[in-house]
Amino acid sequence: MKKNVPLAIVLVLGVLFAVQYFVPSRLSQRLYDTTLEWDIIISIPALAIAVDSLVRHHVVRIRQRRKGWGYSWVYLGAAAVMTAIGFSGGISEGGLFMNLFTFALAPMQSTMFAILAFYMTSAAYRAFRARSPEATVLLLSAFVVMLGLIPVGAALWRGLPGLSEWMMQVPNMASKRGITFGIGLGSAATILKIILGLERSWLGGSE
Amino acid sequence: MTRATGPIALALLLALAGPLGAAPAPPGDARAYDTPDDQGGSITVEWRLSPDDAGTRLAGYEVHRAAGDTGRFQPVGQVPRGNTAYNDGEAADGIDYRYRVAAVDADGAASAPAEAGPARAREQWFKAGKANVLVATALFVAMVLVFLERARRGRLFIRRLAGLDAVEEAVGRATEMGRPILYCLGIGLLDYISTLAALNILGQVARKTAEYGTPLVVPTCEPIVHTVAREVVKESYAAKGRPDLFSDDMVYFVTSDQMGYAAALSGIMARERPATNLFMGYYAAEALVLAESGAATGAIQIAGTDQITQLPFFITACDFTLMGEELYAASAYLSQEPLLVGTIKAQDFGKVLIILLVAVGSLAALAFRSDVFSGWFGIK
Repeated sequence: MKKNVPLAIVLVLGVLFAVQYFVPSRLSQRLYDTTLEWDIIISIPALAIAVDSLVRHHVVRIRQRRKGWGYSWVYLGAAAVMTAIGFSGGISEGGLFMNLFTFALAPMQSTMFAILAFYMTSAAYRAFRARSPEATVLLLSAFVVMLGLIPVGAALWRGLPGLSEWMMQVPNMASKRGITFGIGLGSAATILKIILGLERSWLGGSE
Repeated sequence: MTRATGPIALALLLALAGPLGAAPAPPGDARAYDTPDDQGGSITVEWRLSPDDAGTRLAGYEVHRAAGDTGRFQPVGQVPRGNTAYNDGEAADGIDYRYRVAAVDADGAASAPAEAGPARAREQWFKAGKANVLVATALFVAMVLVFLERARRGRLFIRRLAGLDAVEEAVGRATEMGRPILYCLGIGLLDYISTLAALNILGQVARKTAEYGTPLVVPTCEPIVHTVAREVVKESYAAKGRPDLFSDDMVYFVTSDQMGYAAALSGIMARERPATNLFMGYYAAEALVLAESGAATGAIQIAGTDQITQLPFFITACDFTLMGEELYAASAYLSQEPLLVGTIKAQDFGKVLIILLVAVGSLAALAFRSDVFSGWFGIK
């Protein structure tokens, strides 16, 4: 019963929305819009569960004195302060809440994003070591593509920008499309497995 | 100036001034029709560009509408120059409408109108433009059913996937080292297919960790995904007869913020030093931050995503990468359930069919300059 009910709901709604995709009528559109609204309604209790889980996790870390437990105090303190400011002063533009968001949180997000540049350098170093025939091909292709995109490339050889463009548009595009076909079929197969109840891992398995 | 030259000069001036002040040339071949594949209430009007459209003189096109045979024309909308269609989304179903399209210049002078109609909006019950999708879907469903039947009769062979064979090894390694396995579900919502695939794999991985008693850590990024992930892990532990090993603290929500999530996971990897990092699902820019942070800790890393732009980063920084469809096949591969394996065979035959279609289409296009295939697949 515990598994049959969710499976039945998935089967009925799965088939219904597969049909809905092909039916443009008003009734069909209303059904789709209503379901999207339900989605929002479901997400509210889910958010409460998620926040509860986060607070519990940090409380447990502090209680058990796990490695880095001091950071949990930072989290709980920051969350409490932001919540209190949000409820007491509102979240309007120019208020303390939005100022904290704009001048504290946003720069921290930007910092994380900026770190990507350094990670890219280390990843590129690893990728371009010619340790195998495939890696050598990758290295040479990257060299041609990068050189073709800058003025020095054209100065060295007039045909380099064209070769670079060809490599991006023909072999690169062909492999990307091959992967995309596989993704399309894989998506369809996954949906079908779930709708037909063959795939039950999301329910914890079939046992 | 003599008496005779005065009228001639005036006539010349008028002749020169005439074209400058004249109304623009009208658009041509206007037609109106019920907008296809919609829920009704809409008529599409199309026309050919006015000859004056090429210059900068024209401001755009003005569309007027009249109901029935005797109704008065009222303006319903405007579009800038260069446009050849207008969608009237305020037409009532079942009423005949006539349309007039006039080219209008920057001074507001309008051309003679091009007339179109009558046309009537209707509610439709089938998207004719999606007929190709329906045929392809029906074909694929038929293939899946055929292979499911074959799977019921006997075992089907599928090729080895090194990335998935490594999952077992990675769980074993974590068990031996007494360190946890970090499972990351990405930043996708629950309605992303890659997130569903990642949840399916999580179910299989959780069964293995339950079997070996290996600690599992699943920090999540989206509230609904978090709720489902917790149930998946809980049920997997129960299915393996080890509900005692499950704790709520295994699966916990971190943040919905993309870079905040990347920062939190980098911290977890640096502090808890998981023996194995599994990155499955939907990823964007944070993919490289996660994979490089994990690589720095020396953990075995297995990634799987359908995001083509992130695949190179995972391939570079992880030990094994599941590309696109391999992510979807992973759950079936790990469970080795014959019925699930049957769907992988159907996927493979679908690919064969696509390869054949691409080959035939390319040959037809080359040999006959045919646009049959491009038309069918909606390629412009």
